[in-house]
Amino acid sequence: MKILIKGGRVLDPAHNIDDSLDLLIEDGTISRIDKNIQEQGVDEMIEAKGQLVTPGLIDIHVHLRDPGFEYKEDIASGTRAAVAGGFTAVACMPNTKPVNDNHTVTTYIKTRAVEQGVCRVYPVGAITKGSKGESLTEMGDMRDAGCVAFSDDGHPVGSGELMRRALEYAKPFNLPIISHSEDLDLVGQGVMNEGFVATELGLKGIPWVAEAAAVAREVMLAEFTGAHLHVAHVSTRAAIDIVRQAKKRGVRVTCEATPHHFTLTEEAVRGYDTNAKMNPPLRDADDLEAVREGLADGTIDTIATDHAPHHIDEKNVEFNIALYGVVGLETALPLTLRLVEDGVLSLRDAIAKLTINPARALNLPGGTLEAGRPADVTVIDLNHSWTVSAANLVSKSKNTPFDGWKLKGIATHTIVDGKIAYRKG
Amino acid sequence: MAFRHKHILGIEQLSKEDIGFILDTADSFKEINTRDIKKVPTLRGKTIINLFFEASTRTRTSFEIAGKRLSADTINITASSSSVVKGETLEDTARNIEAMHPDIIVMRHSASGAPHYLADRLDCSIINAGDGAHEHPTQALLDMLTIRQHKGSLEGLKVAIIGDITHSRVARSDIYGLTRMGAEVRLAGPGTMIPPGIERLGAKVYADMREAIKGADVVMMLRIQLERQGKTLLPTLREYAKFYGLNPRNLTLAAPDALVMHPGPVNRGVELSSYVADGGQSVILDQVENGVAVRMAALYLVLGGEQGDNA
Repeated sequence: MKILIKGGRVLDPAHNIDDSLDLLIEDGTISRIDKNIQEQGVDEMIEAKGQLVTPGLIDIHVHLRDPGFEYKEDIASGTRAAVAGGFTAVACMPNTKPVNDNHTVTTYIKTRAVEQGVCRVYPVGAITKGSKGESLTEMGDMRDAGCVAFSDDGHPVGSGELMRRALEYAKPFNLPIISHSEDLDLVGQGVMNEGFVATELGLKGIPWVAEAAAVAREVMLAEFTGAHLHVAHVSTRAAIDIVRQAKKRGVRVTCEATPHHFTLTEEAVRGYDTNAKMNPPLRDADDLEAVREGLADGTIDTIATDHAPHHIDEKNVEFNIALYGVVGLETALPLTLRLVEDGVLSLRDAIAKLTINPARALNLPGGTLEAGRPADVTVIDLNHSWTVSAANLVSKSKNTPFDGWKLKGIATHTIVDGKIAYRKG
Repeated sequence: MAFRHKHILGIEQLSKEDIGFILDTADSFKEINTRDIKKVPTLRGKTIINLFFEASTRTRTSFEIAGKRLSADTINITASSSSVVKGETLEDTARNIEAMHPDIIVMRHSASGAPHYLADRLDCSIINAGDGAHEHPTQALLDMLTIRQHKGSLEGLKVAIIGDITHSRVARSDIYGLTRMGAEVRLAGPGTMIPPGIERLGAKVYADMREAIKGADVVMMLRIQLERQGKTLLPTLREYAKFYGLNPRNLTLAAPDALVMHPGPVNRGVELSSYVADGGQSVILDQVENGVAVRMAALYLVLGGEQGDNA
């Protein structure tokens, strides 16, 4: 199988490549990147003139809901949504049922991904058994089964002692601990950001300090242990400042932000729209600005979606009992490109935050275009304008706050391991 | 003028003219309540469902009496605390009720936004009888009617609202309504019960209750919801009464003819000492009485104000 991508603007931030080049894929591998490749016997020619050719996009924070919640999403539908959004690899969180807290569940996910998935799937294992915050999982065994990092995700580890031990234990395996940083005592019964909008709507608030206080603890523990901490979905100025200062001190900390946190504020909750209910909650305009500043100055390494599918029955209810989360795989790329349009990021940096940076954050292969490497490639039409339609999302769930939004930029081809996994119809 | 709102979901949506019109209409209905035969045919043939997901005696009774005095058929549905407890979603509950073709649903719910949710999905009129910590519009209207009756106008009055502002839907509706009608609203309460940004609604926050009530024309005390305070918002009721309770001594700081109000039910000795609650300045029972007239006006106006014969 030979695929030739002809005449595109090849942008590979990892190798500082930004040039009009051809890219040849043979038997699943990138065989050549060069000017004007003439090749016989090509099975598929992609005319990419005027388009962008990048390393396959990587999303290190998704929920595939499989096993246990397949009515929201499963590995087949979730990975189809991923490739439709231009992603060739995703890391999936362990809050499945059962929790991915042992090698059997990890093996199930990996096997399913091979059988039914259309992109690469990297399981994230739980830090503690059942994500109950009581005792450590068999991290080494789970790494051997395919886990790339550990997180209790929506159930932050309450005990500082246990978090310390998790970082120490994971360190020699060179596996990052991903922290969903929330002080649950401070969150209390909150359902949206604490502030004026919550006051007006009469909804209980989640204060910014619930995130910042938790990030402060995690960063200090990372500094203390020397282990690698990755902070999931930062959303507040204070938390971003803490990470910024820690990086200056040389602490091994990376972090991510989601498209909804750099695009929307708490104002989106008005009207009690449950599709604007997410965790961490949408914050105020100053926090949104801080996320953008963090992305611009490199404090925030990567963009991740926190793709969190929920069934309509779980969203079409009173705001305070609706489940948290939004789908994100199919809107992340154009929302990221808006940052380029707004002058927040260069195109190169935007692509880096979706390719090499997430790969580095979780030590994943890929994220770059290199001859001899497996061919994960995304072809992007930067100028294609389209309107988001929740009903037309590939994901099983339709819980997006961007329904009806006009966006620009879309993946036209997503190539995983040398095969065209998605082709825009 | 005509009342153009199909629903009354909050005071926030009502203009100064809307509020004035409702109060005038309520005034005209008030007399019916003192007649020997307390019934007019205005809403004859109309069906009103009081859909209460939260326990409430006085608001529900007030709405029920209001409906009956206008000759509507009123039906009470008291769902246990939340529809979810019964395993039925709010949407299903609403659809079932709508299938019975009511003209108005009066709704009380513990979730902020629940009546807005129904209003988006149903064809009948919705009147919010209290949603979570969001709004309680008819309470604010009866408060304003009571003040207007005693003071002639709301314009320029100083109104102090004291207590748990954070959890109070009454406070939010009163702040919207009173400021819109030209009153100055002052707030005071424990630091744990003042929500962020509340001053952006046009009210001034005072650290010391005594400062807030100094020279006030109206002192409105909020009910401390003992069941909602948890363990962290208040040390003890004793301390609350000492710093945020209204007693004959601190009442002297207010204007000599200041009105004392409370949405009820009163925790005697906590928000109000009995001397104040039962004293000459208290208009608490006027509030209850006005509640019926205000709710009659609300029911009448959301249906267009033209059904049947006017009083």
